[in-house]
Amino acid sequence: MELTDIIKAENIVSQKSKLITENVMHYCPGCTHGVVHKLLAEIIEELDIQEKTIGVSPVGCAVFAYNYLDIDWSQAAHGRAPAVATAISRLQPEKYVFTYQGDGDLASIGCAEIMHACNRGENIVVIFVNNAIYGMTGGQMSPTTLLGQVTSTTPHGRDEKLNGFPIKITELLAQLDGTCYVTRQSADTPGAIRKTKKAITKAFQNTRLAKGVSIVEIVGTCSSGWKMSPVASNEWMREHMFKKYPIGDIKDI
Amino acid sequence: MAKFRGAIVVDTESCKGCNLCVVACPTHVIELNTDVNGKGYHYSYMKNPTSCIGCANCGLVCPDSVITVYKKAIDK
Amino acid sequence: MGDIKLMKGNEVIAETAIRCGCDGYFGYPITPQSEIMETLMLRRPWEETGMVVLQAESEIAAINMVYGGACCGKKVMTSSSSPGMSLKQEGITYMAGAELPCLIVDVMRGGPGLGTIQPSQSDYFQATKGGGHGDYHLIVLAPASVQEMSDFVVLGFELAFKYQNPAIILVDGAIGQMMEKVELPDYTPRWSEQEIEEISGDWALTGKKNRKQHIITSLEYSAPPQEIFNHKLQRKYKEMREQEVRFETIHCEDADYIFVAYGSVARICQKATELLREKGIKVGLLRPITLYPFPTQAISDLCSKTKGFLTVEMSAGQMLEDVQLAVEGRTKVEFYGRMGGVIPTPEDVIEAFEKIFSI
Repeated sequence: MELTDIIKAENIVSQKSKLITENVMHYCPGCTHGVVHKLLAEIIEELDIQEKTIGVSPVGCAVFAYNYLDIDWSQAAHGRAPAVATAISRLQPEKYVFTYQGDGDLASIGCAEIMHACNRGENIVVIFVNNAIYGMTGGQMSPTTLLGQVTSTTPHGRDEKLNGFPIKITELLAQLDGTCYVTRQSADTPGAIRKTKKAITKAFQNTRLAKGVSIVEIVGTCSSGWKMSPVASNEWMREHMFKKYPIGDIKDI
Repeated sequence: MAKFRGAIVVDTESCKGCNLCVVACPTHVIELNTDVNGKGYHYSYMKNPTSCIGCANCGLVCPDSVITVYKKAIDK
Repeated sequence: MGDIKLMKGNEVIAETAIRCGCDGYFGYPITPQSEIMETLMLRRPWEETGMVVLQAESEIAAINMVYGGACCGKKVMTSSSSPGMSLKQEGITYMAGAELPCLIVDVMRGGPGLGTIQPSQSDYFQATKGGGHGDYHLIVLAPASVQEMSDFVVLGFELAFKYQNPAIILVDGAIGQMMEKVELPDYTPRWSEQEIEEISGDWALTGKKNRKQHIITSLEYSAPPQEIFNHKLQRKYKEMREQEVRFETIHCEDADYIFVAYGSVARICQKATELLREKGIKVGLLRPITLYPFPTQAISDLCSKTKGFLTVEMSAGQMLEDVQLAVEGRTKVEFYGRMGGVIPTPEDVIEAFEKIFSI
């Protein structure tokens, strides 16, 4: 069998989602955001909810998510995406509203907004990409940076006496009565990506059931911030990040 | 013997050479090219095309959605 | 004609919001304006008009909820008082940058810091000059009566949507807490999906269907397009200055001296004007109704026949600077102010006037 026999439109089993735009992503090589964007595009396409979905992008590397995912988007101030999403969801209850946030955005400057959106049980989906660093500003310590982890503002490693401890914000949010589905996944292997896709799909389906906030944390990498290759970053993540941030469902009601 | 043959087509100009597809490929089909694209990245390509089974793992892990995967049953 | 009632200024804001088809209110309690949200919660407009009312976790969250609601092309509003307004500046500058319409109510109290809960006008700079970062302006309306509290909710939304820009009702705690007769507007239904499509269909987040995606953002990637956008905003503010200046003059035709005052202080100065005229002193009052755009030309036109302006404010002299800029040194511009929540009496104003102008 020749390659020309295989490379035919009818044999396609995996291709770029129609909801991913033609814009070249500004993300660094191997960035987790690209994978998560792709999953969102596929899920929105498969659930056929493009015209009902409104995304809220954060401040951070994913600020430009709206350039890549062909849906309506609002770009929120740093950490405020859950407040913005609250109003969009309350004023357009028939829509699927999601926030897309990083660990600095969600677990530091936006702590109050995520806590209270979760506590009110807003009918939104929260996509939380946790790579334990401020990527866009050049690799500073984030609230989820691990102890000992070197960043540009913890050049000698994160020291709990100086910097406090890494925060397991997702477990905190699971304690709140307004959250219905809280899970932590990753996007480093084909198997993990398939599980993440299932989790995000379920989160969007929960919107239809109006059960409250669904949170999908994706433990990710930042190879530029971590100063490792994408492949080495995935290995480092599995070895170190998963210990502090174990993969699996935290709450599902 | 595999029941399927696969193939990939890489959008070489959009590929950033992150190497994740190379690692994800179970049959060692993909490698990074020694050549670079317009942005200076060593883009991925099928080094061993005959080994491809069309499992689509590469497409799944690609952050930039640059890989199209094809799969065809082998005629008996 | 609408209903005539005796109501508190703050309550009127809430009542008019419901009646004019407001889609959402998002707020956080702070004295002296908490009656706005309290009135809304008591009225339960979600059962009547479908209006959403939500008590947010902070002023920051409240203004960002307004941002979210405004993204959808909805008529949304918030209210606060001075310390809370400082917190809201982040969201306000983002809305100015994203060209989103909304109505904000600032019932001012004494400052700086936590200050006092008594009436003040010391947020003038914050409201009229921008308040947050970046080159922007709000449309600033200054009611001097409970009736205008009602009228300016309607007008504020109208101007906000006309210019796709936040509008603010800047009022002191005295008007907010005062009870007066008010004629409320008749009920206007909230906009339907079709009306939103007609009014804001080229930008509102209504879901991407048979059109290009809509993106609400204040972010630019590089400097040249940002500068082009900055020029666009400046053209908009110029148009406001040309089209939307509102003010009231009382006895200015033959006046030798003119008070310039807004809000409750304008009422005090009006009384002072009457008392001084009884003494045979020709005094007039110019009351700016829009603080941005400011009635610069109106003041300028009065310069040649006026011996002097006395700007009276419950601040250390903030509007004073705009009066000085309008007069450009052609006649005297003097100032009398009280601070910290102290309201001047007409007698205080007369005493200051006579002392300043040696009458």
